[in-house]
Amino acid sequence: MSTDTETHQAGQAGQTETWFEAAKKIYPMATHGKFRRIKWGLLFLTLGIYYFLPFIRYDRGPDAPSQAVLVDMENRRAYFFFIEIWPQEVYYLTGLLIIAAVALFLMNAVAGRIWCGYLCPQTVWTDLFLWVERKVEGDRRERMALDKEPLSFGKVRKRITKHFFWLMIAWWTGGAWVLYFNDAPTLVWQLLTFQAPMVAYVWIAILTSTTYLLAGFMREQVCIYMCPWPRIQAALTDEKALNVTYLWDRGEPRGSLKQNRKLAEQGMPAGDCIDCYQCFQVCPTGVDIRKGMQLDCIQCGLCIDACDNVMTKIGKPTGLIGYDTDENIQRRIEGKEPVYEIVRPRTIIYAAVIVLVGAIMLFTLLNRDFADISVLHDRNPVFVELSDGSVRNGYTVRLSNKRLHSRSFMLHVEGMPPNTSVEAIGVDTSFAGRPILEVGPDTTREVRVLVTSPGWEKLPPSTPVTFRITESVMGEVVTAKDTFKAPDRP
Amino acid sequence: MADIHNKEIDQVSGVETTGHEWDGLKELNNPLPKWWLYLFYVTIVWAVIYWVLYPSWPLISSYTTGILGANQRAEAIAAYEEVIAGRSEFADKVVATPLEDIGKDQQLLQFALANGQAAFGDNCAPCHGGGGAGSEGYPNLQDDTWIWGGTLEDIHTSLQYGIRSDHDEARFGEMPAFGRDELLTGEEIDQVANFVASRVGLTAEEGVDLAAGQTLYADNCAACHGESLEGIQEVGAPSLMSANYLYGKSLADIKAQIDTPRNGVMPAWAGRLDPATIKSLTLYVHSFGGGI
Ligand code: SF4
Ligand code: SF4
Repeated sequence: MSTDTETHQAGQAGQTETWFEAAKKIYPMATHGKFRRIKWGLLFLTLGIYYFLPFIRYDRGPDAPSQAVLVDMENRRAYFFFIEIWPQEVYYLTGLLIIAAVALFLMNAVAGRIWCGYLCPQTVWTDLFLWVERKVEGDRRERMALDKEPLSFGKVRKRITKHFFWLMIAWWTGGAWVLYFNDAPTLVWQLLTFQAPMVAYVWIAILTSTTYLLAGFMREQVCIYMCPWPRIQAALTDEKALNVTYLWDRGEPRGSLKQNRKLAEQGMPAGDCIDCYQCFQVCPTGVDIRKGMQLDCIQCGLCIDACDNVMTKIGKPTGLIGYDTDENIQRRIEGKEPVYEIVRPRTIIYAAVIVLVGAIMLFTLLNRDFADISVLHDRNPVFVELSDGSVRNGYTVRLSNKRLHSRSFMLHVEGMPPNTSVEAIGVDTSFAGRPILEVGPDTTREVRVLVTSPGWEKLPPSTPVTFRITESVMGEVVTAKDTFKAPDRP
Repeated sequence: MADIHNKEIDQVSGVETTGHEWDGLKELNNPLPKWWLYLFYVTIVWAVIYWVLYPSWPLISSYTTGILGANQRAEAIAAYEEVIAGRSEFADKVVATPLEDIGKDQQLLQFALANGQAAFGDNCAPCHGGGGAGSEGYPNLQDDTWIWGGTLEDIHTSLQYGIRSDHDEARFGEMPAFGRDELLTGEEIDQVANFVASRVGLTAEEGVDLAAGQTLYADNCAACHGESLEGIQEVGAPSLMSANYLYGKSLADIKAQIDTPRNGVMPAWAGRLDPATIKSLTLYVHSFGGGI
C-alpha cells in the first residue's frame, strides 16, 4: 500500500509519526459470559423504556392528555406521570442535567468509562446493530471472508437483508422519538395514514439517518474520535477507579498453550496468557487490552468474558483480565495485596451532590405552588388623578391555575390604606370589596386591575403593595410585590 | 504558476507540490476528498434544478418565474387572508353581541381587548398617548373626567361619529369666545374666571368682585356647565369641579379659555374602521377605568 511506503519514507526522513492512518475495519466476535449478560439486560431495559414508554397511559382527567410521558410543545406543557411542568418551571431540567452530569462523574470515579460500555446510546444501538449483522452475515470469520468475496447473489442478498433490518431499527428509533411529543396512538395512526404533521416526518428522517449512520457505520469511531467524554473522563479519573485491566504479572510471559506448558514443566517462568487473541477479537473498539489501559477502551468487559471462557477451557482460574485499579497494579508490582476502595471522599461527594440536588428538586416539586400570580404596573401613565382627587393605578395581573379543574381566587391588595378600592375589569363577583377571579383548568387568565386610593389619603410617591390571591377551596395563597404610585403632593 | 513539466515531490510526505512557495514553505498538492468533491457537484446540479423550478434570475424588467409558479407575495397574501378569516369568527360575534354582554364571555372579551389595543396603538395613540393618558388638549382616557360620557355606550358613540368632526351625527358643542367676540369685557372675564377659580380650590386674585363673577357665571355659563359647575355631558361641557382640566387648571388657563376657547376635534371612525374594531376599541378604552 502506498501509505506504507510513505510512512517508511517519512521514517527515513526523520519523522517518527504519521498524521493519518486509514481506519481499520473491526469485526467484533460474539462472546458470552457475565458481562455480556449484563449488557443484554441493560439493552432490553433501556431500549424497552425508550420504545414503549410513550404508550403508557396516565389518567389526568377529561381536559388533560392521558399520556404518561409527554412533551406538549403546542400547549407548552411537559408531563411525567403525576408531574406537570409549565414553561416557567423548566429549571427542573437544569436539576436533571446536574444530576446526570454528577452521576456520570460518580460512575467515572467508580469504574472509569463504564457509562460508555453499558449505557451510552451509541454503545447500545451499535450492540443491537452488531447482533443483526451477526445473525445475517455470521460471526467474525464469516464476515471477514464475506467482505473479501467477490460480488455474488448470496453476498448482495445478505447485504440487503442486513441494511433492511438496520433501517427498520433506525426508523423505529426515529419514530419512537416523535411519539414523546404527541399522543402516541393518535400519532402512530396519523403516520400510517400520512396525515401526521410534516415536522414529525422530518424528525423521523433525521433520527433514522443518524441512527443508521452512527450505529451501522461509525460505531467505535464515534467513541474514539467524536465523543468528548473520553478526554474529559481521562482528566477526571483517579488511580482508585476500576478499569478493565490485564493482570500482566500473572499472564506474562505469554506464549502458546503448548509452549507455556513446556516451560512450566521445566520450572521456567510461564504466564497464564496463551496468546489466543480472543480478548482482542471480541473487543468492539479493536483494543488489545494486554497493552495496558487505552483511550479507546470503553470498559464494556467483553474481553473479560472472552478470556474467562479461555481460562475455564484450559483449566486455569478466571480473572486474568478483570476490573482493577491503577493503584492495585502498582501494589502488585510491589508485592502487596490489592485493595478496593469504592467508598472514598470523591465518590461520597458525588453521591452527596446527587442526593442533595435530587432532594431539592423533590422538595420544590412537592411544595410548588399550583397557582401563580404576576403583576405588571401600567407604565403610561403610572398613575391617574381622578376628578375628586383620588389616585388610581392600573395593573395587568396574570393568574395561573395549574390544577386540572377550574378554581376561584380572591384578590387582595395589601399595604394600602383601608379605603382603597380594588376593581378587576370584567369581573363582577367580589367578597368584601375583593374581586373573585375564576380561572379555568390548567390555564392562565389576564385581568386589568384598578386600585384607587381616595384623595384625602396622603400617600408617598411610591407605596410598596402586595397582591395576594387566596384560593377559595384549599386556601392556597400566592403573592406578588409591586408599588402604588401617587403624585408628589405637599 | 506551477511548472507543469517539472513536478516536484516533497521529500517528507512524498506528495507532489503545486510549485507555490512562500518563504521556503511549499504547498503540497493534496486533492480534495472525494465525498467533498461529489457534494460540490451535487450543489451545482441542485442550483440548476432550482433555477428551473423557482424564480431566480433577474431580467431587465421582470424575472424568471420558474415552472412551479412559486410566489411568496401570493403566499403572504393568502396567509394574511387566512388570519383575517380566522379572526372574522370572533369579529362577527363581537358585532352581534351587545356591548354590555361582551364582558360576560371571557374569550370574546380577551379577543376584543387585544383587538382594541392594537387598533388603539394604530389610530388613537397619536393624540391620546400610548396608554391613553392624553396631554393638554387631548383628553386623558384613564381618568374619570368624561366630557361626553364614559359609559360603554357613550364611548362607542364618540368613537363612531367623532367630536366636532364632519360626520352628520358628530357630537357637537362649542364654547362661545366671550372675549374675542366681545360678549364679555376684560373685567367681566376676570371676575367670572376668579369666581370659578375660587370654587374649584384655586386662589382667586385679590380685589376682584367674586359676587359679580357669580352673577356673570349664572347668566352666561350655567346653562352649559351647570348651576354648581358640575358640567353637562349632553352638550359636552366638562365639569369644572374636576381635578383634571383639558386645557390646564390655573387661573391663566381659565381666563384664556373664556377669552378664546379652544375646541378640539376628534375624527369619526365609522367608515374608516370596521364595526367590530370600533366596538373592540370601546371595550379597550373603557377598560382603562371607564367613568360616567
Ligand atoms: S478492551 Fe475489553 S473492555 Fe475495553 S472495549 Fe475492548 S472488550 Fe471492552
Ligand atoms: S483472551 Fe486471555 S489468554 Fe487469550 S490472549 Fe487474551 S488475555 Fe491472553
